[in-house]
Amino acid sequence: MRLLNFWMTHGAELGAMIERHLFLVLWSTVVAIAIGLPAGIVAAHRPRIGRPLLAAASIAQTIPSLALLGFLLPLPFIGGIGPRIAIVALILYALLPIVRSTAAGLRSIDPSVIDAGIAMGMTPRQLLWLVELPLALPSIVSGIRIATIVGIGTATIAAAIGAGGLGEYIFRGLSMVDSTVILAGAIPAALLALVADGVLTWVERRLAPGRHRLSRAAPAAVAAASVLVAALAAAGIGSARPDAIVVGSKNFTEQVLLGELLAQTLERRGLTVTRRLNLGGSFICDRAIRAGDIDAYVEYTGTALAAILKQPIVKEPEAAFTAVRDAYGRAGLSVLPPLGFNNTFAIVVRGADATALDLRTIDDLRRVETRWRPGFGYEFAERTDGYAGLASAYGLHFTTPPRVMDLDLVYRALASRQVDVIAGDATSGLIKALDLAMLTDNRRYFPPYHAVPIVRSAVVLAHPEVREALAQLAGTISEDDMRAMNAAVDVEHRDVAATVREFLARLD
Amino acid sequence: MAGVRFSYAGRVVLDNLDLAIRAGESVALVGRSGAGKSTLLKLINRLLLPDAGAVMVHGRDTRDWDPIALRRRTGYVLQEIGLFPHLTVEENVALVPRLEGWPDARRRARAHELLELVGLPPAEFAARWPRELSGGQRQRVGVARALAVDPPIVLMDEPFGALDSITRQELRSEFQRIRHHLRQTVVFVTHDMDEAFALGDRVGVLETGHLTFTPAAAAR
Repeated sequence: MRLLNFWMTHGAELGAMIERHLFLVLWSTVVAIAIGLPAGIVAAHRPRIGRPLLAAASIAQTIPSLALLGFLLPLPFIGGIGPRIAIVALILYALLPIVRSTAAGLRSIDPSVIDAGIAMGMTPRQLLWLVELPLALPSIVSGIRIATIVGIGTATIAAAIGAGGLGEYIFRGLSMVDSTVILAGAIPAALLALVADGVLTWVERRLAPGRHRLSRAAPAAVAAASVLVAALAAAGIGSARPDAIVVGSKNFTEQVLLGELLAQTLERRGLTVTRRLNLGGSFICDRAIRAGDIDAYVEYTGTALAAILKQPIVKEPEAAFTAVRDAYGRAGLSVLPPLGFNNTFAIVVRGADATALDLRTIDDLRRVETRWRPGFGYEFAERTDGYAGLASAYGLHFTTPPRVMDLDLVYRALASRQVDVIAGDATSGLIKALDLAMLTDNRRYFPPYHAVPIVRSAVVLAHPEVREALAQLAGTISEDDMRAMNAAVDVEHRDVAATVREFLARLD
Repeated sequence: MAGVRFSYAGRVVLDNLDLAIRAGESVALVGRSGAGKSTLLKLINRLLLPDAGAVMVHGRDTRDWDPIALRRRTGYVLQEIGLFPHLTVEENVALVPRLEGWPDARRRARAHELLELVGLPPAEFAARWPRELSGGQRQRVGVARALAVDPPIVLMDEPFGALDSITRQELRSEFQRIRHHLRQTVVFVTHDMDEAFALGDRVGVLETGHLTFTPAAAAR
C-alpha cells in the first residue's frame, strides 16, 4: 500500500525515470550492436582475431559495474558524471553477449549451406547478407535479448553517477532507510527486464519459423535478482572473529575515517577489532547493527531522528541527542557522547559566484533561483529534512528541477559548472579545495547532525572498556578537524589509517 | 585438363592428370573415397586451383577466370544439397537468377518451369520450406537450383548418395529424362558403378591420382 501510494505521489517522476532508464539501455544496446555485430562476424570468420576479441569482451564483463564507472569517470570525452559515461559502461557490458552470440550463430550454420552458396558464385558479401546473417539472426537476437536484460539491471547502478533512471530510487531508498523507495525502483526495473525478455523472445521465435526455444534468460534473470537481493541482505555479514569488536561505517570518506577512528581507539585499548567499513548507506548500517553483524558505527543525530527513527525533527542539539539516545536505548543500542563536530547539510555555491553576486545566506538564493540549477545527493532530495523542507522554509522555487547524484559527485559537478547550487556536508574537505562557499542557514532550518558513536548494548556490557575508550573521544573533533581529515583523504589522497593515527597522536 | 597435379596437406591427390570433356558430354567419375573425385570437380569451378598444370574451361585457364563469373556459369549439386533453410523452395531455385539480377517475373517463371521439370508441381511445392520436404524432394530442388540460369556445365557431387535405393532409382531415371531435354555438359561423381554406367557417356575410374576411362557403351 505504501508502495502504491509512493508511485501515485511520484507518478511524473517515476515516468521520467523509466524513460531515462530505457534511454540508457536502448542507446547502449544500439551502439553495442553496431560494434558487436561486426566484431562477432570477424570473430567467426577469423578465429585468430576472434579469440582475443572474445577474451577482451569477457574481461570487460567481469569488472564490477561500480568499479568500471570509477575507471571511466576521469577519462576525457566519455568521463564526467551524467548519462554519457553510463552508456559507455553499459555498452561494454552488452558487447560480450552480442559478440559471442553472433560468432556462435555464424559458426553453427550447416557448412554444406555455405559450400552451396560459394559454389553457386556468391561473393563473400552476398554470402554474408543473404545466407549467413539471416541464418544467424535468431542467435544474434538472443544475444541482444541477454544484453538488454543485463543492461536493464546494470543501468540501476548508473544512478550512482548521476545518470538517473530507476536506480535513483534504489540508491535513495538505501540511504533513506526506506525499503518502500527501494522497491519503487526495483520493481519497475524487474518488470522492464521481463517485458524486454518476452518481446525479444517473441522476435527470436518469429525469426526462426518452427524452431521453438525455451527462454533461458528468464530463470537466469530471476536467479541474478535473487543473488543481488541476497548479496544486499548479506552486506556486512561476514565471518568476524568471535571475540573481536566489529566496527562498521557508511560508504563515504568521513564515515570511513570515523570507523577507522573507532577501530584504532579500541585497538589502543588492547581490543581486537574487525573492520567492516564502506558498508553502504544509513539503511545498511542500521540493519547491520540491529542484526548484530556489526557492533559499532558512527551515526549523526539528525539522520538518526529523521531517516532511521522517523521522528519529528528536533532543532535543539541537546534535546536531539536525548531523543536519539532514548530511542536507540529501547532497541538495545547505546548512544555514546557526541564526538564534537556538527556535520549539518550545507548549501554550497561556487566561491566566485558568492563574491560576484554577494551571496551570504540561503535567503540570498532567491535572487538567482529562476536561473540556477540545483544538484543534490539522494538523501537530500528525498528526506523530509532535505530539499522539500528547505524549499518551504525559505520559499525557494528553482525553475530547473534538481539533478540527483551521488553525494561525492555534487561538489565536482558544482565546480565544473554543471549545477550552480548544491546541498553538501558542512565538513566536506572539498569545499575549501574546490574554492566553494557555504551559505549561512539564517533561518536555522537544518537540524543538528552531531556525530555520535552507536554501540550494541550487549557489547558495552561484555566489554566495559569499549565505552570507556570511546567516551574519551567525546568533544575532541571540531568541524575544522573533520574538514582537515576529509581533505587529507579526498584532496591529498592520503591513507585513511595514517590520517587517523596522526589525529589520535595529536590528541594524546 | 592437362598435367594437373593437386596435393592437400602434403598428400598428392591428383597427379599428372589429363582429361578432355566435350561440350554436351556426360562424364561419370567413380573411385574409392578419398580418390580425388570431389577435388576434380572443385578444380573445374575454381573452388580449388591446381598446384601444377592447367584446368581449361571454354578454352580459358581457370586461373584467368573470375571465380564468381565461372561459378555462376557452372551448376553444382552437392551430396548434402545445402538448401538454404531460411528460403522457400522457389526462392532457393531462383537464387542464382537473383544474384544475376533477373527481374522478378522472369525469376519466378524460371523457378516454376524448373520445379515442373524436376517433378515438383510449383502449385504445391513453391512456397514450402526445405525442412518440409523429403530427402528425395530436396535433392530435386538441388538439381533445379543448379540448372536455374541454364549453365553450360553442371557438376554433381554424389547427387543421389544420401538417398534410399528406391528414391535413388527414381531420381536416376528422372535425371536421364532431364538430360535429354537439356544437353548440358555434365560431370558427376558417384561411388555406384550402375549409376555411373547408366548416366555417363563415359565412365572414368580414379585411382591413386590417375584416371582411366571405360567406354560406357562397351560395358552395357
